[in-house]
Amino acid sequence: MRKLIDTNTNELPMRERPSKGKTGQSMKHESAEKHVTGKAVYVDDMPEYPNQLHVVVGGSKYAHAKIKLMNLSAVRSAPGVEAVITVKDVPGHTDIGPVFPGDPVLVSDECEFIGQPIFAVAAQSFEQAKKAAALAEIEYDVLEPVLTVEKALKDKFFVRPTHQHKRGDSAKALENAAHRIQGEQYVKGQEHFYLEGQVSSVVPTEDGGMEVFTSSQHPTEVQKLVAEVLGVSINKVQVDVRRMGGGFGGKETQAAPLACIAAILANKTGKPVKYRMSRQDDMEMTGKRHDFYNTYDVGVDEQGIIQGAEIMVAGKCGNSPDLSDAIVDRAMFHSDNAYYLNNATVTGHRCKTHTVSATAYRGFGGPQGMMVAELMMDDIARHMGEDPLTIRKRNLYGIKYDHIKTDDGQIDERNQTHYGQTVEHNLLPELIEELENTSDYWKRREEIKVFNAQSPFMKKGLALTPVKFGISFTVQFLNQAGALVHIYTDGSIHLSHGGTEMGQGLFLKVAQIVAEEFQVDLDTVQVSSTRTDKVPNTSPTAASSGTDLNGMAARDACLRIKDGLFKFATEHYQVEEDKVRLESNHLVVTNAAGEEQWVPFADFVQQAYMGRVPLSSTGFYKTPKIHYDRETGKGRPFYYYANGAAVSEVIVDTLTGEYKVLRTDILHDVGRSLNPSIDIGQIEGAFVQGMGWLTTEELVWNNQGKLLSNGPATYKIPAVGDAPIDFRVKLLEDRPNGEATVYRSKAVGEPPFMLGISVWSALRDAVSSIADYRFSPPMNTPATPECVLNAVMATERAKEAQWAQDAATADSVNA
Amino acid sequence: MIKFCLNGRWIEEADLTPDTTVLRYLRTRKSLTGTKEGCGSGDCGACSVLLGEKQAGKWVYKAINGCITFLAQLHGKSVITIDALADGRSLHPAQQAMVDYHGSQCGFCTPGIIMSLAALHQNVEGEQPSEHQILDALSGNLCRCTGYRPIIDAARNMNEYPDVANVGIWQPEEQLSGEIHNAGTEAERRTRNLRKKKEQSWVVENEAQLKDLLAEHPDARMVAGATDLALEVTQFNKSINKLVSIGAIESLKTIEVTDDKVTFGGAATYAEIEETLTTHYPEFSALLDRLGSRQVRNNGTLGGNVGNASPIGDTPPVLIALGAELELVSKHTHRWLPIDQFFLDYKQTALQSGEYIRAIRVPRLQANQTLKVFKISKRIEDDISAVLAAFVVTSEDGIIKDVRTGFGGMAGIPKAACNVERALVGKPLSEVSFMNAANELPNDFTPLSDVRATAEYRIQVAKGLMRKCALELLEPEKISRIEQVHSAALNPNDVLTAVSGSDKQGEAYHA
Repeated sequence: MRKLIDTNTNELPMRERPSKGKTGQSMKHESAEKHVTGKAVYVDDMPEYPNQLHVVVGGSKYAHAKIKLMNLSAVRSAPGVEAVITVKDVPGHTDIGPVFPGDPVLVSDECEFIGQPIFAVAAQSFEQAKKAAALAEIEYDVLEPVLTVEKALKDKFFVRPTHQHKRGDSAKALENAAHRIQGEQYVKGQEHFYLEGQVSSVVPTEDGGMEVFTSSQHPTEVQKLVAEVLGVSINKVQVDVRRMGGGFGGKETQAAPLACIAAILANKTGKPVKYRMSRQDDMEMTGKRHDFYNTYDVGVDEQGIIQGAEIMVAGKCGNSPDLSDAIVDRAMFHSDNAYYLNNATVTGHRCKTHTVSATAYRGFGGPQGMMVAELMMDDIARHMGEDPLTIRKRNLYGIKYDHIKTDDGQIDERNQTHYGQTVEHNLLPELIEELENTSDYWKRREEIKVFNAQSPFMKKGLALTPVKFGISFTVQFLNQAGALVHIYTDGSIHLSHGGTEMGQGLFLKVAQIVAEEFQVDLDTVQVSSTRTDKVPNTSPTAASSGTDLNGMAARDACLRIKDGLFKFATEHYQVEEDKVRLESNHLVVTNAAGEEQWVPFADFVQQAYMGRVPLSSTGFYKTPKIHYDRETGKGRPFYYYANGAAVSEVIVDTLTGEYKVLRTDILHDVGRSLNPSIDIGQIEGAFVQGMGWLTTEELVWNNQGKLLSNGPATYKIPAVGDAPIDFRVKLLEDRPNGEATVYRSKAVGEPPFMLGISVWSALRDAVSSIADYRFSPPMNTPATPECVLNAVMATERAKEAQWAQDAATADSVNA
Repeated sequence: MIKFCLNGRWIEEADLTPDTTVLRYLRTRKSLTGTKEGCGSGDCGACSVLLGEKQAGKWVYKAINGCITFLAQLHGKSVITIDALADGRSLHPAQQAMVDYHGSQCGFCTPGIIMSLAALHQNVEGEQPSEHQILDALSGNLCRCTGYRPIIDAARNMNEYPDVANVGIWQPEEQLSGEIHNAGTEAERRTRNLRKKKEQSWVVENEAQLKDLLAEHPDARMVAGATDLALEVTQFNKSINKLVSIGAIESLKTIEVTDDKVTFGGAATYAEIEETLTTHYPEFSALLDRLGSRQVRNNGTLGGNVGNASPIGDTPPVLIALGAELELVSKHTHRWLPIDQFFLDYKQTALQSGEYIRAIRVPRLQANQTLKVFKISKRIEDDISAVLAAFVVTSEDGIIKDVRTGFGGMAGIPKAACNVERALVGKPLSEVSFMNAANELPNDFTPLSDVRATAEYRIQVAKGLMRKCALELLEPEKISRIEQVHSAALNPNDVLTAVSGSDKQGEAYHA
């Protein structure tokens, strides 16, 4: 009989060499070579069919209007056009809201934002579709739009009900506090600007279903929604996601409309259809990070330690709920950031506006919530005349003070959040201490004071801000994952799981986990595209959960296969179960005499196959311990917290408002790192993206609700010169996750995004130096040069007012 | 028919619409999908390809944006795309360095970044690139994943890798220029013609052809670098039916320096004028670092920037301050026009039908003259000005004898601030003089609020720039601008101090 597989003996693994690419090693991104050679295939790169059609959608011209009359005959008769659809052509469901209704696939009657899709054209080329779509004649009855959070708050115009967290009596605490400080801020949203725009390509199947290739973080939701709009069962639709050219949350719910519209057109024409948005359409028609208007009212003792706080966060949700309920919840959960609020009332509003529905974006409301905490810290510090770092440290969770007692007279533990979760395994006090030492915070603080005193126009600023970010979907059922692992008879392994690859290195990390479980070289493991027919009912790759969930599910699949393999090995080799192990690409069997027999992994797999042992398994994982009761606003929504801190130093030109980040030091906690290089890549990238959100990236809407910053010419994400001149990033060492996550690692996708807040805080610090750090400059975000110059002028006015007041006081004293 | 070399093979194309972009052509006609479309507007660099021209017997390459370059511009040139950069299984040093330094995450911007780095690698010829060269090379490539640090590290280290560049692609076989130029029909030999039905595109090789063509087709659009015109196609959904590509006309690319003037050919690219600017107008040359990106500067031209008549700039305000003149030529006319008379209204110029900008003549600065150019934008790299301010100050014995200004972003056209100029002449060269004169700005300009800045900021920052202008004239050696900060360690002695500054002046300025 021919051997099952002829392996090249020259390449047989050597037992002297440990397997390559296990967890903890800085392996290269699984697609790195394909990226650099242009061979990595994105949806738009897939070979096109000769009869392939291309889609362009026609959108509303008004922020709020009723469609009075629609004449699409010129669109239909334009060159190359094969189909034009309106909502009437949708065979199944017409609402594709992901959680709550409110997102029509095409508008039937009332338009609620500029660019909201009304009709879709499929033509033989993209250019033809684009030219045809411009020919629509639509008459509107224009209605009054609500365009601002302020107006929505006034009118109580919400997409979802207001929610509140309450602990203790904040009103009483504020009344009794030694100092009471109030403040407000407006934090603008952010365009994802994934380099690969939204795209879906669909092919009708012989069963009346669809094969969907999409750039989506949530294949299962695309599958479900495509099935729904077509009116077919979910099993008729297969979704395939090989990779995305960036996601950042922008492809969690926002990819589905493209797949749905393409599927409806493919269904109608019987032809393959691709819908790739132009960058302008992408920026105008798909959701972005929420704007937030935040206010705080805080009471502190003589040391600046918070006694009570009332915080309001109000998200600009746009026209529909989308994911806003959970996003505003997360903003509320993070309005404490790393600080013990004591008696607290946190209120979260979900404001409806006639703008494109805001959606998930890295941090998912968390960053906007943290902004109010950091605003508060800086303001308390200036009010008390203390360094902001001192105030931050005094207010951290887990810091005990003799003078702060609970009602029953005990020293307050100060480790419970305003929503009732105990902050366990709290690393921040020591992490911050380490960072303030390695970054020379205090020495540089003094040097900066000297610099600023001598430099009238260029001012330096410095700030250390921490991050405590809750890990888990706050919607409990999403915290589950599945995986599928096959071993073939040559010992090669095929891995599928429910997570999607958007550049973050998830495929690599999970493959490293599988390689570790089988103790084989990483290149033994082939990752494939994420497919709904391989792993069903998956959660979105979001909430930083990709590795935690899918890594565990894949590990579970491996353990199940290993279980069968080891049982077989004990029978085959007639040894006890503890006498077999996998090591260095081999099965190692120790016989009764203590002698080791090394069997190459591939040979062992073949023996197992011949022994009729299953070599394939699914795996499953659900996150333990988490619960949250919305009625009481209490619970443990997060399995654990990820921590980090950044120190940023900036220089500001007070004549123009321009600035530069001189140096940033980051110390970040990823538990036991699965892949240090990938983790550092996430931290650096997230920091720069977070910095961009708070500095140059400005969404500008006109007073009609039209987005003016609708392309990279007007919307400026950080460029190569914007990264800190001196950029030092370190992982916190020897701190495995206190919870039993996969190999005790920690999630890393979102948490470091909020390290960018240090830049904003440093800019405020620099401006504040103008008035000798006695005045806390107002600085909404993004802090563009214009915004910073306004802060400079406000600070100069405050300084003059202070001088006048000091002079008056002096006069009256003299008199 | 046009002819160009694509990844080492000469090919001919004829039956294409004139407004076909290089990116569109590569992806849909040639199935070369390694080159990505990120924005379609020349702002992200994902579509970067290398464009080679033969100089002194050797092909020299530069990175350009494929999405805003028309196919006709490729005639006679060599194009290298990401798909062909690796030689078999051996990666180009830029590629290997990007792999080893973890320079790619999602990978979508990566092909463009590789091409920019490959151009840099080629142009430094084995030398270690400077930090400035690295940032310059990558100025037009956006990455949303990495934060750039690993990409910069890859750039710093790519010289460590053996260069296995595919010679056949970088230096394609000689094609006799006669062969390129003589191919096609008699009519086509006169001018290169890319024709489809009624749509036509010409590649003209000399000014005589250009004059004839413009006389016959006054509605034809001229294109040199296409960095702005192409946006009409990719962003505004317009068709361009008649296109004249003038980038190959040698007489429009000449640079002539005489005792009192420098004359730049209208179709000279920013990259081509950079060296001359550095010698004669270093302040103008420094502006180029903030003008577009490396890709844009490689294709964009001075004449195009002037003819395009953007109210913002970036070069027209500088040319206005310098007192430049434009040479405007048609089949039957020839004239010199001071540039401040060229801009009539928003996007309206004095250019007559059939006329083109042949050259821009700029007076050289005298010993007692100083040029100061300031640009304000949200981002340093590749951003459009909120305000651009240029000053030519003539001073003697501490007295301002003459001032010429040019402002962009402050009105519907780039123009001088006459009241400001009047207020400065005869005054001492001091901070106070400039601050007082700055109060005239609202009399010169009523700027608009738009996506880049509010009207209030434009006035405010223009005032700040005038003050800064004075400070720089008084303390020329000091670091005075954010873009001059290249080191994290900065001492108070390095930066501007107010020689004559006092808080009273601060009050006056901000009042």
